[in-house]
Amino acid sequence: MTIEIPTPLRVYTANQSAVAVDAATISEAVSALLTRYPEFKKHLYTPDGKLRSFVNLYLNDEDVRYLPQREDSSVRPSDTLSIIPSIAGGCLPHGRALLAHKR
Amino acid sequence: MATTTEPITLPQLSNDEIARYSRHLILPEVGMEGQQKLKAAKVLCVGTGGLGSPLAFYLAAAGIGTLGLVDFDVVDASNLQRQIIHSTKDVGRPKIDSAAEKLTALNPFLNVVKHETMLTSQNALEIIRDYDIVADGTDNFPTRYLVNDACVLTGKPNAYGSIFRFEGQASVFATERGPCYRCLYPEPPPPGLVPSCAEGGVLGILPGLVGIIQATEVIKFILGKGEPLIGRLLLVNALDMRFRELKLRKNPDCPVCGTHPTVTQLIDYQQFCGIIPEQKAAAVQNGIPQMSVKELKQRLDDGDDLLILDVREPFEYQIAQIGGRLIPLNDLPKRMNELNTAQEIVVQCKSGGRSQRAAEFLAKNGFKKLHNLAGGITAWSNEIDPKVPKY
Repeated sequence: MTIEIPTPLRVYTANQSAVAVDAATISEAVSALLTRYPEFKKHLYTPDGKLRSFVNLYLNDEDVRYLPQREDSSVRPSDTLSIIPSIAGGCLPHGRALLAHKR
Repeated sequence: MATTTEPITLPQLSNDEIARYSRHLILPEVGMEGQQKLKAAKVLCVGTGGLGSPLAFYLAAAGIGTLGLVDFDVVDASNLQRQIIHSTKDVGRPKIDSAAEKLTALNPFLNVVKHETMLTSQNALEIIRDYDIVADGTDNFPTRYLVNDACVLTGKPNAYGSIFRFEGQASVFATERGPCYRCLYPEPPPPGLVPSCAEGGVLGILPGLVGIIQATEVIKFILGKGEPLIGRLLLVNALDMRFRELKLRKNPDCPVCGTHPTVTQLIDYQQFCGIIPEQKAAAVQNGIPQMSVKELKQRLDDGDDLLILDVREPFEYQIAQIGGRLIPLNDLPKRMNELNTAQEIVVQCKSGGRSQRAAEFLAKNGFKKLHNLAGGITAWSNEIDPKVPKY
């Protein structure tokens, strides 16, 4: 199947906009992606393995959170898994570069 | 409580207005009644930047009666590549004055209400309450969540649009039956994880595409025609010129619009988004001492042995540089051995975000004398040497 990589995260996939993986389920597909691009992991999952709350996974046009079997849903080679992060949409004023990570 | 269902008397159109809106009036989906509904409508446009420019322009042209504008920013030369409501002569002027002038020049029948303020938890409900629908054209996560929550709490629909580089998202949130922004994204990313437009750039026409989608949804909502973008997330990719649609669902556990909401009044959105107020910004952040551009200038003038490490991309270095040694942030892990861990290093980028991350990375890898240049090359251009171009 194909995993579509959004622009902000392409820096972790050597600029690939789409990555083809062999997988039977969504979980397997994501694991295959993370094996190939380990740097990606921390942008997708929290340290305790939860999908980050500002990133959504879509199997074709369906939010994976609402699929009956969620990440264990089976996938076909023609399916597309999309990673959709939130984007704020403009330029942060320069002064706001003074930021700290929320713990 | 999304809209009032009581019959209201619609305002009459003058002969001049009938002539102006004739192409609407002969459309069965608009017609006289639709045009009168547009005239009666009050729309709040949050932001008059990239998204707000085309949005407000088309709404004004379409015959919206009252258009509220919220902005506290000033027109900058770098805005003009996409914020088409402002002109070269407006650089340095408040955006709200520049925008109001263009809008009333386009349509003198328009009533522009200027809210020259930052939308805050203190004023948002009061401002939004007077309008029928909100169009969110803001540029940062705290305001996105503030607009969303205020719309849910006041029962106003929110025509949402957002952009990054070549990609955009649009939807209509906060209607009774549909999901809200928090159903889609319960929390924002931590600051610094997703690059801002100032770091990432944006194709100038993209906010045009997305802002006009927002304007279309506003008009459709007022007319009550067509299929609104509720429960659907439209993705726009200008580079591939592809439009895709994803299904959005109302999250029953949503903290603001769910069945048992925990957010029942506006909160501190800066804190929610993990942003430290500027006045509290420490001289040391995450263990990295912050250096001002004035201090750097002084140190260089004193002839101190400092290495400026520029962690931007090569194409940015081509646009402007202040004599730093260029190692892009993402190359740092494999190239840090080119640097001496004992050397005093001032890490620099465009505005101070990437350089902070680079400095934190170097600190973890044994570098001892690190500073982050607060405000980056932009602050250098603003405060030390205006000959250095700003981009």
